[in-house]
Amino acid sequence: MSTMYQQDLVCYREALRGGMSWSMVIRRGFALRLTAMADNANVALLAFNAQQPLDRYNMPDTLKAQHTFLLTQGHILYSDMGHALLSIIHDSVGWHDTVSGVSTRESVKEKYGAGSYQQLRNEWHRSGQELLLVELGKHGLGRRDLVANVNLFSKVGVDADGNMQFAHNHSKAGDVVDLRADMDVLVVLATTQHPLDPWNRYSPVGVTAEIWECGVAGDDDICRLSRPENARGLDNTAHCFCQQPKAGHAA
Amino acid sequence: MSGFCIKPSTRSADETIFRETVNAGDYWLYELKQGNVLRIVDLEGNQAVDTLFFNAADPHDRYSAVDTLRAQGNVYLTAGSRLLAQSGATLVEIVADTCGRHDTLGGACASESNMIRYALDKRFMHSCRDSFLLALAENNTVLSKRDIGHNVNFFMNVPVTPEGGLSFADGISEPGKYVEMQAAMDVIVLVSNCPQLNNPCNAYNPTPVEMLVWTH
Repeated sequence: MSTMYQQDLVCYREALRGGMSWSMVIRRGFALRLTAMADNANVALLAFNAQQPLDRYNMPDTLKAQHTFLLTQGHILYSDMGHALLSIIHDSVGWHDTVSGVSTRESVKEKYGAGSYQQLRNEWHRSGQELLLVELGKHGLGRRDLVANVNLFSKVGVDADGNMQFAHNHSKAGDVVDLRADMDVLVVLATTQHPLDPWNRYSPVGVTAEIWECGVAGDDDICRLSRPENARGLDNTAHCFCQQPKAGHAA
Repeated sequence: MSGFCIKPSTRSADETIFRETVNAGDYWLYELKQGNVLRIVDLEGNQAVDTLFFNAADPHDRYSAVDTLRAQGNVYLTAGSRLLAQSGATLVEIVADTCGRHDTLGGACASESNMIRYALDKRFMHSCRDSFLLALAENNTVLSKRDIGHNVNFFMNVPVTPEGGLSFADGISEPGKYVEMQAAMDVIVLVSNCPQLNNPCNAYNPTPVEMLVWTH
């Protein structure tokens, strides 16, 4: 049964500065809490079944299963194999972008100017795509695994004609999102400015990452109850963990 | 870009270099040479045509829905849309369109997503991803499940609302409507003519489509 966040449930905490990549396996029953250190944060996030990375976050399956274009509390990030990877059990932001992808080396150079390592050292200009590819590479993954990511803390809405509109000043310092792992999940992320954010100075915002023990989804779970699809999704995921040895049968 | 544009073609069906009907539930794998034009005809109307594109010279550089949408600033595909690979290169450009709007957010149906969306006992039903996997298994290609990215759904209507809603709506296509695209490089095209029976993307009645190819 999932519980609410409490400080004493936190088993790991790390400050992630803006402009870096990060990855971690979040075990089933634990949650990743990300807290924005300043206004206008953006975190590009990918998620994989840690045991089988071909079973990976799938934007279309996630959106159509929940009839949504945005992600917020009550939504689940689904894999392309019908598994609940991450459930948003708490969210102060209200809208996380699903369809804009990440910045590229070319777009970063065009928007912020050249920013080489030789010149700027740790303040050099890095794109979301480069950061994700580096972090994926550490797990034997690469561009074939670079699917549509979630942009946490950012909103891109659409008008009646489908035109995409980046929302200014959408997230604030202290905004928080809790992602519960419903299986053992490899999370790969980059703290990088949103690719449609028109602000033309390279100034990615950092986040605090905390891993805390939240427990697995219970019968009264906010994501389970939000849609009948999510009850099926969580049940279908629990089936992966049903093969527990009976008491007395342990080797 | 408006997200809806009707632009008829001037090409004659008498001048094609290839012409074939693809039944619902079948796949179609074809390599377009740079400059070739592919027309897909929705023969009986309201048929979703799930389509993947790969750079033939570097097949792991595949069509990217998010890079395509971000570059054009609009979530719908129509005449004038350039379909981009993950590298940023243009794979194909939509050069004619009598339907006016196509989807790239809805993805392809799969046994597993049908189980979540409709019922756990839907696992047995045919799906586009099964067609994609069979195509990759039966043909000599370096591609596998890992390369199945987010596809285009020609003739499919998936409206997004300003409030952030998304739904599979009745199609806006009709019998005989078509979309044409020109290859900006040598491109591998993999189509699943969608077998989905659980929602209105095919009007609950999957039907054949026709493929026509011109040299330019």
